[in-house]
Amino acid sequence: MAVNLKINNIDITVPEGTTVLEAARSINIDIPTLCYLKDVNEIGSCRMCVVEIKGQRALQAACVYPVSEGMEVLTNTKTVRDTRKINLELILSNHERKCLTCIRNQDCELQKLSTDLGVLDIRFDGENSHYEVDMLSSSIVRNPNKCILCRRCISVCKNIQTVSVIDANERGFNTIIGSAFNMPLVDTPCTNCGQCIVVCPVGALHEKDDTDKIWELLADNKKHVLVQTAPAVRVALGEEFGMPIGTRVTGKMVTALKLMGFDGVFDTDTAADFTIMEEGTEFLNRLKSGKNLPLITSCSPGWVKFCEHNFPDFLDNLSTAKSPHQMFGAIMKSYYAEKKGIDPADIAVISVMPCTAKKFESKREELAATGHPDVDAVITTRELGRMIKQAGIDFTKVEDSEFDAPFGEASGAGVIFGATGGVMEAALRTVADILTGEDLQHIDYTAVRGLDGIKEATVEIAGTKVHVAVASGLGNARKLLEKVRSGEQQYHFIEIMGCPGGCITGGGQPIVDAKTMMDIDVKAARAAAIYAEDKSMTYRKSHENPIVKKLYKEYFGKPCGHLSHNLLHTHYVKRENY
Amino acid sequence: MSATCSIPFNGTPEQEKKLNTVIEKYKDVSGSLISVLHEAQEIYGYLPIEVQKMVSEGINVPLAEIYGVVSFYSQFTIKPKGKYKVAVCLGTACYVKGAGEIIDRIKTRLGIEEGDCSADGKFSLDATRCIGACGLAPVVTVNDDVYGRLVPDDIDGILDKYTD
Repeated sequence: MAVNLKINNIDITVPEGTTVLEAARSINIDIPTLCYLKDVNEIGSCRMCVVEIKGQRALQAACVYPVSEGMEVLTNTKTVRDTRKINLELILSNHERKCLTCIRNQDCELQKLSTDLGVLDIRFDGENSHYEVDMLSSSIVRNPNKCILCRRCISVCKNIQTVSVIDANERGFNTIIGSAFNMPLVDTPCTNCGQCIVVCPVGALHEKDDTDKIWELLADNKKHVLVQTAPAVRVALGEEFGMPIGTRVTGKMVTALKLMGFDGVFDTDTAADFTIMEEGTEFLNRLKSGKNLPLITSCSPGWVKFCEHNFPDFLDNLSTAKSPHQMFGAIMKSYYAEKKGIDPADIAVISVMPCTAKKFESKREELAATGHPDVDAVITTRELGRMIKQAGIDFTKVEDSEFDAPFGEASGAGVIFGATGGVMEAALRTVADILTGEDLQHIDYTAVRGLDGIKEATVEIAGTKVHVAVASGLGNARKLLEKVRSGEQQYHFIEIMGCPGGCITGGGQPIVDAKTMMDIDVKAARAAAIYAEDKSMTYRKSHENPIVKKLYKEYFGKPCGHLSHNLLHTHYVKRENY
Repeated sequence: MSATCSIPFNGTPEQEKKLNTVIEKYKDVSGSLISVLHEAQEIYGYLPIEVQKMVSEGINVPLAEIYGVVSFYSQFTIKPKGKYKVAVCLGTACYVKGAGEIIDRIKTRLGIEEGDCSADGKFSLDATRCIGACGLAPVVTVNDDVYGRLVPDDIDGILDKYTD
């Protein structure tokens, strides 16, 4: 039903259930927000979005106030402006205002509000909270001194991811967002997904910065430093330089990495093709034997750790294939090292990932196939953006260039790993060709595309009906697996990505502020860029990739063979929750 | 509030059995967390991580949420109480009559802060609001014993009575 109301004396008609904030945005009236984040946190607690509503005694929070027939709203009166400013000043009075040295400098919702609302002086200078910064996690840093208690991180961790390792502790002035018994994140079942970081409006949560380590490696003449970039990075990195969401910057990214001085700029998509060969073969083997079905993908390290904590009874269902960037590292320190005649100890493999959990993954002891860690350091898309700036590279203006051969050649199947449903589609493209023995032309498995949290499909391949499911976001993964656990649903193959939407909206991706989130569907924009990249590729199936063919012929023999078992596969462990 | 306590958790099988009965009773009742915690504290005297974990697994509520609730309400404590619970009234009357010096003397004597328990598990110390014995100000209670009109030098004599 439609509702008629007036905002600032402008007549407007909106659907029932719309909030005052949404109604105002639809006619380009800005109402400042801080704790509000569309679809994540709508609790009306920060009081930045207060408005006057005729007939109401007190100011109301626009983000949670539903419209009603005949309502008259004023968003720009003196009372409203003064109240918002005082509320903001009170928040700022207990905020560690070290903006110049803050990781979120110029990318901070609090800082922007302070400018927009004209706060030029801190009038309330009282007691300040002082807490220890939690730096023990290999992925996430928590600095409660910058926290403004908006609770967006709690909401995403608890309601969307169902990981629930942080909550509000204590009360009043002593309130602090933290884990149980204020223990460091590393001692909790945190999955390192980093969704808390991308929803944080300020600098209270950020990735463990590994950029210095990489500059040091690049400065070390004895080291042969290789870099690989995940598919999702190229459709988001441009945002760090003010480019529109969904811009593909693959060529510029490669040029920038070359200018930074890496000895080889390679593509994780290539490694994703190897993952498909191994995982696809594993799937065919399990389909034949009927053992350990459904096969569940293991590319997402946030999901893998979640599984180890919460679904240990499914560990045998996880694909033993390593995630693409770990496979890549293992190949670099074995095949590539041999070919180049370089001691693997002198090779450093750097991964640029849309993911904070990859930092933790790369430090897993079992992921060191050659006796050296497969991957030496992981940086996020955001960290790469910072490094490019530090290097003085004018990113938007650099020419495009190609990845280095031979590990820059990838198929479209490798590219779509970046979006939810992509690994499933990539695997089906290869599995279908193998089962039918044909070069199938119909390869767009649109049933597993799209941004729904849980997708199901039945695909008929060579007379076999294959039941598949795709989940993104750990809350959806939990829902799906509980159905499988209870026997309510049965599948042959399940893809799970830890972050809602898949890697394109991973915890290491550029941060999108709350206002932009209201206007743009970030997942859809970045996913569209991923599928456009897939369409543009010469090869669209992993097994067609020439370097994949060459390595299986010359080196590995066959997928899931002895050598690939040693280099490209791993195992998992049950983890206690506390 | 410090999250650590030097006294190891020493729950008995009987206590665990009682807690499980409570959990069974509330398992499928939504919004029952506070009731469960209340009864759990009755059973154990306090809510250390071991007890909170049992509650978390029992009623399927994340530990972080439980700790959030426990640390919010002052009626819940994560520190054990001693065999002798020393409480110093810091209500207005007691305070103006010198309760501040009394509690300082107790802290020095026991080597603990407010809310803590001594390492041997014998004494715990709490500050309370007015207990309604203003005529006796300043007042200290040890379990059910009440001591009034105190001066700091009385403290040693009082605590010496509790030796076993």
